[in-house]
Amino acid sequence: MGNPFPFSAIVGQDELKLALVAAAIDPTIGGVLIFGDRGTGKSTAVRALSALLPPMSVIKGCRYHCDPADPDAWCSECRARPSRPRPAVAKVPVPVVDMPLGATEDRVVGALNLEQALGAGVRAFEPGLLAQANRGFLYIDEVNLLEDHLVDLLIDVAASGENLVEREGLSVRHPARFVLVGSGNPEEGELRPQLLDRFGMSVEVATPLDLDLRVEIVRRRDQFEREPEKFMQGWNAAQAKLQRDIVAARRRLAQVRVSDAALRWAAQLCLRVGTDGLRGELTLIRAARALAALHHRGSVGTAELVQIAPAALRHRLRRDPLDDTGSGARIARALAELGPVVG
Amino acid sequence: MPAAGEGAARDALLAAACLAVDPCGVGGAWVRTDFGEACRQWLEALRALLPGEHPLRRMPAHIDDERLLGGIDLAATLAAGAPVRARGLLAEAGGGVIALSSAERLPARLAVPLAAALDRREVALVALDGSLGEDEPCARVLADRLGLAIDLRECDERQLQLMSDEFDAGDVQRARRRLGEVATDDESLRTLCATAAACGIGSLHVPLLALRVARAHAALAGRGALTAADLQAAARLVLAPRATCIPAAPAQDSAEPPPPDANEPESDAASQPEPSGQVGELADQVVAAARAAIPARLLASLAASAGQPRAGTSGKSGATVLRGRRGRPCGVRAGAPRSGTRLNVVATLRAAAPWQRVRQRAASPPARHAPQARRVLVRTGDFRVTCFRQRSETITLFLLDASGSSAMHRLAEVKGAVELLLAECYVRRDQVAVLAFRGRKAELVLAPTRSLVRAKRSLAGLPGGGGTPLATALDAARELAAQSRRRGLDPSLVVLTDGQANVARDGSGGRQRAAEEALQAARALRAGGFRTLLIDTAPRPQPQARALAECLCARYLPLPYADARALAGAVQSAG
Repeated sequence: MGNPFPFSAIVGQDELKLALVAAAIDPTIGGVLIFGDRGTGKSTAVRALSALLPPMSVIKGCRYHCDPADPDAWCSECRARPSRPRPAVAKVPVPVVDMPLGATEDRVVGALNLEQALGAGVRAFEPGLLAQANRGFLYIDEVNLLEDHLVDLLIDVAASGENLVEREGLSVRHPARFVLVGSGNPEEGELRPQLLDRFGMSVEVATPLDLDLRVEIVRRRDQFEREPEKFMQGWNAAQAKLQRDIVAARRRLAQVRVSDAALRWAAQLCLRVGTDGLRGELTLIRAARALAALHHRGSVGTAELVQIAPAALRHRLRRDPLDDTGSGARIARALAELGPVVG
Repeated sequence: MPAAGEGAARDALLAAACLAVDPCGVGGAWVRTDFGEACRQWLEALRALLPGEHPLRRMPAHIDDERLLGGIDLAATLAAGAPVRARGLLAEAGGGVIALSSAERLPARLAVPLAAALDRREVALVALDGSLGEDEPCARVLADRLGLAIDLRECDERQLQLMSDEFDAGDVQRARRRLGEVATDDESLRTLCATAAACGIGSLHVPLLALRVARAHAALAGRGALTAADLQAAARLVLAPRATCIPAAPAQDSAEPPPPDANEPESDAASQPEPSGQVGELADQVVAAARAAIPARLLASLAASAGQPRAGTSGKSGATVLRGRRGRPCGVRAGAPRSGTRLNVVATLRAAAPWQRVRQRAASPPARHAPQARRVLVRTGDFRVTCFRQRSETITLFLLDASGSSAMHRLAEVKGAVELLLAECYVRRDQVAVLAFRGRKAELVLAPTRSLVRAKRSLAGLPGGGGTPLATALDAARELAAQSRRRGLDPSLVVLTDGQANVARDGSGGRQRAAEEALQAARALRAGGFRTLLIDTAPRPQPQARALAECLCARYLPLPYADARALAGAVQSAG
């Protein structure tokens, strides 16, 4: 298997695709959590991300993919390099790193390099998955089954954007800014609230019930597996267009205005549905801004806010175990009551 | 029954042949078996069909992560002075078939990477699932990706032997060459999707796998296009065993099984694709045709399975991750690294350091001045491993009296309390299970879980009323508690009852005998040494319940006017 299934060929699952594209436009939104049944294309969509994003510039030879244009976020090795001549630049694909459920702590945070320790007697750091995922995506399938000590570790790193290693006689810190993407089946266990809060958006995917849709999904998958090259060619144009759109939206992102009225509307919505803390508003505004940039709008309007509100707020509502109303329904009700942004 | 056994054996061998034609395409087989002679015969038949370059590899469920996925080869690493990576079994078996014994015991942390390898079509897996009844079957994440599903417990080994020459390796070779030419037409695709939907199969992996099986079947028969026979084979081998409801069909004879939704709990119906509602007019005919294609034997077994509580439907792989030696490191000790413990390289090197000069002199006296003498000489005694400590996970087992005397007053409150507790539990990462008893038996209404979703669903459908088979219930609770302890959990028990036993172990009535047996069961339970709390749910506290608590060595808590929150509070302070 060479290429992943093309993102644009995924049938249905609009909210999931929208959330992933928004996260690709603005990584600061804070990642996507995908909950749903098996066989609904969760992992397919995530693995397709890497092919969707344009290659990024990195400092050549840097193990943490430091961005040549952003010296403030450099790792200690890049800082230590002489600034002249300017560091050589290379293009690499945006990393989408799979974090396996059974990963050991040293595989994730990095560990002592065995080769150097045994061969040369030197204490050297061998970067782990967190380093690999820097400036890219870190994908955890079955995130709700992740071992507790790994969850603690992720919460820490996701909050600080930096991986701190103090073990086996090593003392290393390196940048680890990544978009966290998790997927899972809620029937198998809950996610720790602390980790839940780290995800910017959460989407719920369901098995499509429409027969035509189901046939189309199976047909495309089958074609892709039988003749991958031909299939990829057929979707090249759509993939390229989506990639251009994302790049253009990233460029426009800074210019999108958020009016006071929109801010007020977001705050009102959050109050109405009762989210904890202020992260709900922040995420909602950021995600809506990414959508506005994608849709060539100069400012954030009702359409964007309404479109992304369920994804941005769904997992932040306080849960009453005796109330069976889904979070989605509560948000929809609040949205209907609130009406459009005024002002 | 000889005809049924023959059909099952024929299908089992047909499945082996389809698997051999396109192992990675069909993903593998989910084989229910009791590991008897039939299982050995079937594996033998499969082995004979597989081409020589990809033999069948066997794998135990207790395989460790490094052996499965690859890791550092310690011995070679130390000898070379540089890390030598060992290939894992997955990589070694690439393109071939792995037979996994006792698949139901495979921990989730291994099932997930295995499932990913199946998704990438790198390997095929034969999961030999020996689970029975209440046991947890093979992880759903795997079962969903294994195309073929067969049950060898129905097969007669003599039949298997008699028919084992139906296909040979030559047939498989020819079919493999033809496989690429088998075309997929739209009609077949629709048929399979519609049949899957009609069988209540939500996952879209399954129709895709059915398509590949149909194609392998066509190639085996030497056809270049899919025919009804191929689709029927796929329906039999892939779809029917996974059906969660019987496909709706035009009314037939009176022996018709009950309509599919009748047995489903209401809350469940919403999450399942509606079989009849979603299928359009054109597809109706296709579903009817497909239904006719599913043989009577399978319809009968479907009717039987539809009536059973749907225990195996929600994935259980997660709840039972065996706690290995993971967690927080807590110190270093001398010892050889084995599965589960981790070599601490620095400590090992530190232990070896003082001896280097002596050892090098002893190892190669003439080469003392040679430049390569820098190699580190590590002996077994130098090995240091890191110890890990992990808080053992607790499980709270609720033994819930749903009999007539209790149910009237308390059932709703108790349900609420369990839900509230569960909401707390996922913060503490504890598990909860609920055993309810009424009438003549005790039933596990909620298998050990952390999931709020599942708990709510199963509690909502819990009926009340009937006798109080207290002895049976206490026996069941002891069994479950012991089982949890074997899985490394720390069980505590909460018994909610009014203590009015009136049904004995054998199901007969009579207060006297029922009460005696209940006390006897309570003493047996006490011998297990589980933390127990007994909550008297009678409107007025009763002496029977107190006597039972004493017998159980349990804390006794009369809660005459409790509500859900008070109950939850009481359990928490006791736990």
